[in-house]
Amino acid sequence: MPFIPHTPEETREMLATVGVRTLDDLFADIPASMRPKSFNLPKGQSEAAICNYFEDMAARNRTSLISFLGAGFYNHYIPKAVDALAGRSEFYTAYTPYQAECSQGTLQAIFEFQTAVTRLLDMECANASIYDGGTSMFEAAMMAVRATKRSVIVVDEAVNPVWRQMLHTYAAGVNVTFKVVPQKNGLSDMDGLKAAVDDATAAVIVQNPNFFGAIQDFSDLFAQAQAHKALGIISVYPVMQAVLKTPGEMGADIAVAEGQSLGQPLSFGGPYLGLMACRKSLVRQMPGRIVGRTQDLDGKTGYVLTLQAREQHIRRAKATSNICSNQALCALRALIHMCLLGPDGLARTAENNMALARYAVERLTAIPGVRRLNDAPYGNEVALRLPCSASRIVNDLAEHGCVPGYPVARAYPGMDDVLLLACTESNNRHQIGFLAESMGALL
Amino acid sequence: MKTIFAESVEGRRAAGYAVPVDENAPKAADMLPAELLRKNPPRLPQCSELDVVRHFTGLSKLNYSVDANFYPLGSCTMKYNPKFSEYVCSLPGFARLHPLLAQLPRTTAYTQGALQCLYEAEQWLCEVTGMKAYTFQPMAGANGEFTGVQLIAAYHRSKGRHRTKMLIPDSAHGTNPASAALAGFETVNIESRDGMVDPEALAKAIAQYPDEVAGLMMTCPNTLGLMETKLPAIVEELRKIDALLYYDGANMNAILGKMRVGDAGFDVVHLNVHKTLSTPHGGGGPGSGPVGVGERLLPFLPVPRVRRREDGTYWLDEDLPESIGKIGPFYGSFAVVARALAYMMRLGGEGLARVGEYATLNANYLKKRLEGVLEIPYSRICAHEFVASAPEGMRALDIAKALLDRGFHAPTIYFPLIVHECLMAEPTETESKQTLDAFADAIREIVELGKTNPQALLDAPVTLPVRRMDETAAARQMILTEDMG
Repeated sequence: MPFIPHTPEETREMLATVGVRTLDDLFADIPASMRPKSFNLPKGQSEAAICNYFEDMAARNRTSLISFLGAGFYNHYIPKAVDALAGRSEFYTAYTPYQAECSQGTLQAIFEFQTAVTRLLDMECANASIYDGGTSMFEAAMMAVRATKRSVIVVDEAVNPVWRQMLHTYAAGVNVTFKVVPQKNGLSDMDGLKAAVDDATAAVIVQNPNFFGAIQDFSDLFAQAQAHKALGIISVYPVMQAVLKTPGEMGADIAVAEGQSLGQPLSFGGPYLGLMACRKSLVRQMPGRIVGRTQDLDGKTGYVLTLQAREQHIRRAKATSNICSNQALCALRALIHMCLLGPDGLARTAENNMALARYAVERLTAIPGVRRLNDAPYGNEVALRLPCSASRIVNDLAEHGCVPGYPVARAYPGMDDVLLLACTESNNRHQIGFLAESMGALL
Repeated sequence: MKTIFAESVEGRRAAGYAVPVDENAPKAADMLPAELLRKNPPRLPQCSELDVVRHFTGLSKLNYSVDANFYPLGSCTMKYNPKFSEYVCSLPGFARLHPLLAQLPRTTAYTQGALQCLYEAEQWLCEVTGMKAYTFQPMAGANGEFTGVQLIAAYHRSKGRHRTKMLIPDSAHGTNPASAALAGFETVNIESRDGMVDPEALAKAIAQYPDEVAGLMMTCPNTLGLMETKLPAIVEELRKIDALLYYDGANMNAILGKMRVGDAGFDVVHLNVHKTLSTPHGGGGPGSGPVGVGERLLPFLPVPRVRRREDGTYWLDEDLPESIGKIGPFYGSFAVVARALAYMMRLGGEGLARVGEYATLNANYLKKRLEGVLEIPYSRICAHEFVASAPEGMRALDIAKALLDRGFHAPTIYFPLIVHECLMAEPTETESKQTLDAFADAIREIVELGKTNPQALLDAPVTLPVRRMDETAAARQMILTEDMG
């Protein structure tokens, strides 16, 4: 059998040592009534056959598209060194670093990841990552509920709808109410948000750039929240964060992010990783693993999992969260990605993407009837109003191997003519020219 | 080792991976108002590619890993992770695929291979476990538990009941009570008798909270490595009050091919794909915790679900009015699920059944080899793992650290909480007799050493990059980043 090394002779010898006759004798505790009613599975195949099978399956996906689809998840280039280093099996076949002495590689990498995240987001502390952007957002909301002992969360409707839906699913059984403040024409309604925050508010959650790509400054909103002793939570886009005003500069208490854009392939939805950073005063409310620096018996510097009194294996039902893993390998990829690009490379990527988005706006708004949804500053993603249904255009262009973006109406009923278009370094001016010509011909 | 931040040199660049280095390219300040920009660039490391490669290669050498060391971690199933799985999941046709393409009417056609992969993985898991359907959205085992208890809550809500209690045996993983609490349940502890769930204690709890019990979360075989022999009685007891039975799949490796949780009467199960189905642990993640359900919980599964048409095409069903919603952003950790499918296809039905047998044989063999060396509280045939106590006067922690010096990862220690000075070992089916013998010999030698020279154990480890760490100082000093020192 694949991956089972026992010879028949060894099996016999081991059974004799155990004191049973057959392998099935080891399962005498499972009564006949509990045995499988069926186990009707195909025969095992050779490694070569399976590789062929998967190559064929992969070929039934089409990735050679000219695509401007983003909506929170982006096709950024990943340096080959990320795969080479994170592909070292000393990293990927290791377990959670509970035995610190033989896990210093993983532990130091997480410590460096925490440092990189705090510096990118300009916050004091970070954890070792959470599953994804949506779970980070929910866990941030729960931190605020615990820290403030209040239960109302004000949520900007311009926050990614996928994450908002996750918030509702996760909070189904706990005493938390979400007060959603409608977006206005693709912009966060700053006055509406401020008015919604009061002395019952645990936190206000916003996103920058928001789902529609608009960039806003939430400093006043967070100041307003602070005046009511509520927390400010912001979700950001890590690549754009290389140039954008930081959560720290805006006065956020907790910053979260979907970390996919840092070294994770899109991979049809995962695995991704959630970033989470906060003020030092909130660190004991933070869920998930945290690595700290300390010394060994000889005074030598090393790293350990720390503040474990928050966690489920100690606190059981009273833990800050049920989370007992992190996305360690994804966090490692994100760290290596950030180290390879450096502050300069990350900023150049952001600027390149923004410049492409501006070129796309220039070309597309030259088509009669196409204009921007609003005139807010934007990064690499922008909402356009079309003279017809955006879904129709997406469908028609898809026939030609081009995905012009995301039809916003899928998540915001009534916005049928709004298309959300994103540019990354996987796009170029030639593609944008093709998009403009094809769209122009359809409209 | 120095941190990568300490190796950074101001002005050193490794740029040019994604975009050309063009000094004339527009800057952020040309495109956005200054008040929306950060004042200073983030202080990320400034390194050459070789600096980065040397640094992380150096860090990797400080780790133990399954590829280099035996890892008998109880309840963790650290089996060998085949290399071809890494290949199949990273094929560009999967890696570059945007998940939203599957949700747009005309581009679903461009994701057929990925949807097929998810669909087929679901079919396999249904047959392996006897469940009706699976969702892959949960991103880890604990996330799967949470999903499972949410499904249980949704079931009772749909019947117009308000059931607030979740029963959890004292031998359960700590995540069970934490997951149940997060879903809004109050947990009720069920004490074990003879290392198993006691149907009498169960009946008592049910009588104490009439009309309040939503379900029971079981790990089977349990964390003591024992099969729950009273399972039929337990199922019966819960059926009487229409409470649901949850199977924590952490120990699924023990029963592959020998018991299907669906046939045995469980209503909902989470699997730890990174354990049973041999996807890498990654130093703590990413995992994947698919949740399978029986008939009664089908309507509540997260949205969307992958469906197959008669013509062999696949589509996403988003019309599930009773669904609990979204546990993950899309369809789960796709790359992890792809590895799991490849692994199941490689083994086939027969190979999967052998997994349970040899995992159990290895555990029993190792237990036998350690009798008289460690204290073995339960002498009956164990499942895929067993618990032992350090000999009188010795600590599990010291034995664990001494093992590290001998090139072995330590077993799980101090879990389950109900065993004194506990060492919990799970060798898995992929380890050879020779490895098990060497490990048993090492423990025997350590225990002998502990009797003659106790200090030697207290000093361990001495061969690793660091010696025992001051964890109290770590929690007190709270240096969590380079900037907090």
